[in-house]
Amino acid sequence: MNKIFIIIKREYLTRVKNKTFLLSTFLLPLVMVLFIGGSAYLGAKSIHQYKIAVKDESNLYKNKFDNSSAAFFSFVDDVNLGNYNEKKFDGVLMIYSSDKLTPDSVRLYSQKELGLATEGAVKKQLQKVNEEKLLLEKGVSRAIIDSIRSESENEDLLNFRSYRVKGFELKEGNKKIASIIGFVSGIIIYITLFIYGASVMRGVMEEKMNRIAEVMVSSVKPFQLMLGKIIGIAAVGLTQLLLWIVLIMILSSVLQAFVTPEMLQGAQQANEALPSASRNNTMILKMAEGAGFVASGVNWFAVISLFLFYFLGGYLFYAALFAAVGSVINEDPQEAQSLMLPITMPIIFGFIMLTSTIENPSGPLAFWGSVIPFTSPIVMMARVAGGVPESVPYWQLALSMVLLIGGFLFTTWLSAKIYRTGILMYGKKASWKEMLKWAFKKA
Amino acid sequence: MSTILEVQNLKKYFSSQKAVDDISFTLNKGSIFGLLGPNGAGKTTLIRMITGIFYPDAGTILLNGKKFDPVNDVIEIGYMPEERGLYKKMKVGEQAMYLAQLKGLSRQDAFNKVKLWFEKFEMGSWWNKKVEDLSKGMGQKLQFVTTVLHEPKLVILDEPFSGLDPVNSNLIKDEIYALAQKGTSIIFSTHRMEQVEEICDHIILVNKGNKILDGSVKEVKQKFKENIFNLELNEDHANYEHPSFHIVHQNKNELIVKIHDGYSGNDVLKHFMNQNKQIIAYHEILPSLNEIFIHLVEGTPAARQFETVNA
Repeated sequence: MNKIFIIIKREYLTRVKNKTFLLSTFLLPLVMVLFIGGSAYLGAKSIHQYKIAVKDESNLYKNKFDNSSAAFFSFVDDVNLGNYNEKKFDGVLMIYSSDKLTPDSVRLYSQKELGLATEGAVKKQLQKVNEEKLLLEKGVSRAIIDSIRSESENEDLLNFRSYRVKGFELKEGNKKIASIIGFVSGIIIYITLFIYGASVMRGVMEEKMNRIAEVMVSSVKPFQLMLGKIIGIAAVGLTQLLLWIVLIMILSSVLQAFVTPEMLQGAQQANEALPSASRNNTMILKMAEGAGFVASGVNWFAVISLFLFYFLGGYLFYAALFAAVGSVINEDPQEAQSLMLPITMPIIFGFIMLTSTIENPSGPLAFWGSVIPFTSPIVMMARVAGGVPESVPYWQLALSMVLLIGGFLFTTWLSAKIYRTGILMYGKKASWKEMLKWAFKKA
Repeated sequence: MSTILEVQNLKKYFSSQKAVDDISFTLNKGSIFGLLGPNGAGKTTLIRMITGIFYPDAGTILLNGKKFDPVNDVIEIGYMPEERGLYKKMKVGEQAMYLAQLKGLSRQDAFNKVKLWFEKFEMGSWWNKKVEDLSKGMGQKLQFVTTVLHEPKLVILDEPFSGLDPVNSNLIKDEIYALAQKGTSIIFSTHRMEQVEEICDHIILVNKGNKILDGSVKEVKQKFKENIFNLELNEDHANYEHPSFHIVHQNKNELIVKIHDGYSGNDVLKHFMNQNKQIIAYHEILPSLNEIFIHLVEGTPAARQFETVNA
C-alpha cells in the first residue's frame, strides 16, 4: 500500500511540475473564455438590420409590415431587380399580384446572404398580414383584432414561466441552463477521457521503452505499478479541473464586466428569430449565455458531485484499458493507432449520443447510453443536469453508477493481467487474441 | 558455509516452450555464482522467478531457508536486468531515492544511502542532472548503485559490464568482490566467459531449460580436462615415440602432449628422463570455460525451436 503511494506521488509530481501542465492549465480557460466571449460579441454584432425594399403588386401588404431589429421595410413601387442596389437597399421583396386570397409567390432577392434572422422577420410579417386578412374576411372587426393583438403581446399578461413539480414544491424550469451545463460537462468528460487516458498510455509506453519496467517490477507488483500510475494521473486530472473551474469563474466575472447586457440580449433575439430546427444547433449562443448565466434553479451540489463521480468513474474505466494497450506496444507508434481504435470508438459514440441526449433526455437512446458504462460518463451528464429525479429517476442513476463501478473494477482486473505480461514482452506486437489469452490464463 | 538460496525442481512452461524445465541449485552466502547459458536458454525466466516477477509452475525457492515471499522479500534482493533503463526525465538523485524507497527504505534511510554511494562512486555532482543527460556508462553506474544500495543479501546482475569502459568495469568488479567479502551473494549472468573465469566461484550452465553443468570453476575444468600437458625440454632432438602419449602440437623443444588413458604424467616424464633430457617445464593445460561452453552447447540448434507444451 505504501509503495503504491510512493508511485502515485512520483506520477503526480513529475506531471504537475512539468511546464506543459502549467501552460495548458492556464491557457485553456483563457482560450475558452475568449472564445465564448468572442462568439457572444460576434453573435450580438451579427444581427444586422437589413434594408428591404418591398414591391407589392398585389397591394395586399402595403405598409402593413412592422420593422424589427433584423429588417427595415420600405414599400417602393419603382424598384426592381436591376435598381434596388442603386437605391441603397440590401434586398428586394417581390410580391406578385394575384386574384386569389394570397399572392402566387413571394420572392426575396439579395446580393449578399441576409441570414436566417432577416428571412424569419420577413416570413413573420407576411404571416401576420395574412392572418389579419383571414380574420377580417371571417367578419372579425379591425378594432377587435387590434385589441386582441395588443393584449396577447402584453408582457404582463404573458408572464411566461415553466415549472416542474417536485413534491409539493414548484420549481422554476431552467431547461436552457440545464442543457448548457449538461452539454459542457459532457464535453469536458469526453475531452478529459482522451487527454488523461492517452497520458496513462504514454506513461506505460515510456516505462516499457526505457526498459525501466523490469527494474520496477522487481520491487513492486505490476498491478501496483499500473494502479499507482492510474491514480497519480487521476489526481493530476482533478487538480487541473479544479484550477480550471476557479480560473473560469474569475475570468468570466471579468468578462461579464465587458459584455454588456444589450449584447447578450442581441444574441438572444437572434437566436429566437431563427427557425426552431436550426435553433438547437446554435450551441455557441447557449454557451454565450453560459458565460453570464445566473445559477438559479440548478442543484449545483448534485451536479458537481455527480460530475466528479462520472469524471473519475469514466477515467478509471478507460485508463486501465489505455494502460493495457500501452503495455503491449513496442517502438512503433503505428501500432498504438490500431490498438487504440477499439477503445476510442466507444468514447466517440458517447459524444455523438451526448448531442442527441441534450435534445431528448428521456428517450431510449439517452437511457441506454447513460446506463452502459462505455458511454455513461459522457451521456449521463447531459441528463443529470436536468435534475434528479425529474430528468433521471433514482433507480436509473443508481443502476448507472453501480454498472460504472463494476465496469472499472472489471477493466482494471482485465488490464492488469494483460499489463503484467505485456510490459515484459519485447520485440513483437501482441494481437487482441493473444492479449485475451494473457487475460484469462492463470498466474 | 550456509546457503542463502536454494532452488528446487523449478519449472516454468510457456505455451510454446519449456522455458525452465526442472532446475535445482544452491547458492552459498558470500559466493559469486555464474549463471551461464546460450541465448534463449531460460536464464532470464529463471532469474525472473527468483526475483518474484514470475510465479513458478512447479518447484520451490527457499531464501534463507524460508519459502520465498515475493512481496516481503524484495528488500533482500537487488536485481539489475539485462533490459534495464531509467526514467529519462527524472533527476539522478530523485531517481535513486525513488527506487530505494520502492524497495522499502524510509525516506531518510534512502537519502543517507544514496549519498553514501554517490560519494563512493564520485557521482555527487550528478544529483540535480537529468538522467537523459548521462552517458551510457554513467547510466550503468547509476543502475548498479540503485541495485545494491538497499544492501540486499542477494544481488542478481545480468550482463553488468555491457557498455562499460575498462576503468568503470574494474570499479564495479571491485565492488562485486567487496560485496561478496561482506557476505552478499551474487548471481552473475553473462556470455563473457573470461569474466566468469575471473570472478565466479561456482557456475551452472543451462541450455534449453535444463541444467547441464554445476560445480566450482575448478571442478568443472577438472571434469572436462583432456589430459593435455605442456612440456618443455632443453633441446628438441629426442625420441618422441612412446605408447603413453602422442604429440598434439610441437614447436621445437616445446611440446603439447595428450597422455593416453592408463598412463600418467610420470610415464611421459620417465621416457624423456631415460633419454637424459632436461625437463624445463611441465604443467597441465585445463580447458577454458569458453571451450567447455562451446563443447557442451555446440550441436544443439543455435536457437530454440518452438514446441507444443502440454502442461
